[in-house]
Amino acid sequence: MAEARRVNRMWRNMNAKIAAVPMILTTLVVFVGGTAWTVLYSFTDSKLLPRERFVGFDQYERLWSNSRWLTSIENLMIYGVLSLVFTIVIGFLLAVAMDQKIRFEDTFRTIMLYPFALSFIVTGLVWQWILNPEFGIQSIVRGLGWESFTFNPLNNPDLVLYGLLIAGLWQGTGFVMCLMLAGLRGIDEDIWKAARVDGIPTWKTYIQIILPMMRPVFITTLVIVAAGIIKLYDLVVAQTSGGPGNASQVPAMYVYDYMFQAQNLGQGFAASTMMLLTVLIVLIPWAYLEFGGKKHG
Amino acid sequence: MKTFKLATALVASVALPAAAFATDLEVTHWWTSGGEAAAVAELANAFNAAGDNWVDGAIAGGGSTARPIMISRITGGDPMGATQFNHGQQALELVEAGLMLDLTDVAEAEGWKDKVFPPSLLDACTVDGRIYCAPVNIHSPEWLWLSNQAYADAGLPVPANWTEFVASGPQLEAAGKIPLALGNQAWQSNLAFNAITVAVAGLDVWKQVNVDKNMDVAAGPEMAAVFTAVGDARKLAANSTVQDWNQATNLVLNGQAGGQIMGDWAQGEFQVAGKVAGTDYTCLPGLGLNAYLSTGGDAFYFPKNRSADVEAAQKRLAALLVSPEVQVAFNLKKGSLPIRGDIDLEAANDCMKKGLEVLASGNLVPSGDMSWSPDVVKQNEDLMVEFFKSGMAPETAHQQWVSNLESGL
Repeated sequence: MAEARRVNRMWRNMNAKIAAVPMILTTLVVFVGGTAWTVLYSFTDSKLLPRERFVGFDQYERLWSNSRWLTSIENLMIYGVLSLVFTIVIGFLLAVAMDQKIRFEDTFRTIMLYPFALSFIVTGLVWQWILNPEFGIQSIVRGLGWESFTFNPLNNPDLVLYGLLIAGLWQGTGFVMCLMLAGLRGIDEDIWKAARVDGIPTWKTYIQIILPMMRPVFITTLVIVAAGIIKLYDLVVAQTSGGPGNASQVPAMYVYDYMFQAQNLGQGFAASTMMLLTVLIVLIPWAYLEFGGKKHG
Repeated sequence: MKTFKLATALVASVALPAAAFATDLEVTHWWTSGGEAAAVAELANAFNAAGDNWVDGAIAGGGSTARPIMISRITGGDPMGATQFNHGQQALELVEAGLMLDLTDVAEAEGWKDKVFPPSLLDACTVDGRIYCAPVNIHSPEWLWLSNQAYADAGLPVPANWTEFVASGPQLEAAGKIPLALGNQAWQSNLAFNAITVAVAGLDVWKQVNVDKNMDVAAGPEMAAVFTAVGDARKLAANSTVQDWNQATNLVLNGQAGGQIMGDWAQGEFQVAGKVAGTDYTCLPGLGLNAYLSTGGDAFYFPKNRSADVEAAQKRLAALLVSPEVQVAFNLKKGSLPIRGDIDLEAANDCMKKGLEVLASGNLVPSGDMSWSPDVVKQNEDLMVEFFKSGMAPETAHQQWVSNLESGL
């Protein structure tokens, strides 16, 4: 009985399934195939051109003893945690502010979303200039009379990550705000009415009722933001090119530099395989929560 | 895109018979600063005057940005007509994979073997006895450029060597100058390190490390002294925040910085700005300690194309690049030394003459690019840029440097 129903379901909606075949093939060949190829060749000593001379885990050993790679990972973790927390908190607060039936909401929403329309390259360059001591914030404040004012994060190895973070937040929070706002608008008006009838204060309603109801929105946001953080590259290239020294290096830059500048594909592949693992660590729990949970619940 | 390509192909097939002798040749290179652009224009003019058409493919951002683009175009099946690389191992695998045009017949017809000096330049173009590139100039990175104006402002005499330069650092700093201008890009830190190695440790140590690849010497006390000296340089460069090498040269040009360790291509910038060697700026080959120069340089490689017309044009360009007239015109603008021993650079200025003297006296060392793979060079660049911009101890850097070299044995 069950068998027959499953067969029926397979043959239903054939047009849509045939239409999806090219995309499925692309996914299998380009994404899955390319990934498998990369992982395979990360175990070789390929230089400029790929070759099949397998060396086991040598590339990975070298990778994990390389100080630039370790700095990159550390930077990514610091940037990632801060960026995740701040974009979501600020994005949510902005969305709540927007949701107070304010005047000119459309205008504000547009302004908030404008930075997101700029590429990371433009964002990086703009913030490089704003943070430049010669003609950015520092020189403006000094021009106003505070002669000893110093604000030069991009040339200080200890502060450069926060310089990147400012630019990243400026670019990304507007988008998170919009996602959150959509989530807030999806909450039924009646719930608010019920909360008001019960005399629950607004802030408590937000934290104890609205937040748990917005769980799917939060999870989606989390995954989008986290995936963006792991592949962080263009912002750093435009703003600091990894400097000063190696203080703002990120894994994606390591991959590029070793694949193309150092002409050491094996090393670059090993590094990109590690990046893939990181993405999987983020994605698998999400996929489980999104798809796995529903069947049982 | 496809229709566009088809259309171009059709147009080309119609236009080809009419223009059989004027072939378009796209030439990619990373010469984009003022002095470099002026020099490359000489090459383009000569090529156009000979009846072909030079299509300029300048890629901004320096060699480390440009090379990946060039390599991916060649390996991706979209080869340009000719492309710049540095002498040595950068294009080695492309040659071995059969992606580069064999220039041996051009070299034999033009007698490159007898004319190219020093011969190591041609050796760097040779793989298995065949010649694959046309050298165009000799560049030596071991120069210290000093701003006479900065020293006049501080009331100090212009130093005559690296030791005096280091000693004058604190006074320069007190006068509000940056003692040592250094761009933030990784290759510049590595260049400074190599220049200091040749100057402080001398020729023997350099050769033992870079030619004989003797790791005991690399880990020895002579190199430890070099790392201490680089630690001094790091203190002098602490306030330098520019990115590109020509921005750093610019600091020296207008007297904001005392000096810069940079290759002789910096010369072109001084020339474009109308500065005079000896009165406005001073140059010290080998940092004034050991007048040895390493002879790296630029060469043009010609990726294999399908069209026979293009191949003929590639060979015409290769012959042209090495010809005496082009060598003189190009190198005067570029500030580099010609690759032939049989031409006279009368118009050369003081600094180029100093370089020519060193060249004639044979005080030459092979450059690191020639003896180490790009992988090792990149690791050293990563190390040096970190060292220059952090508080890393010289001993730690030394150990790391030795293990970087060992990875390339």
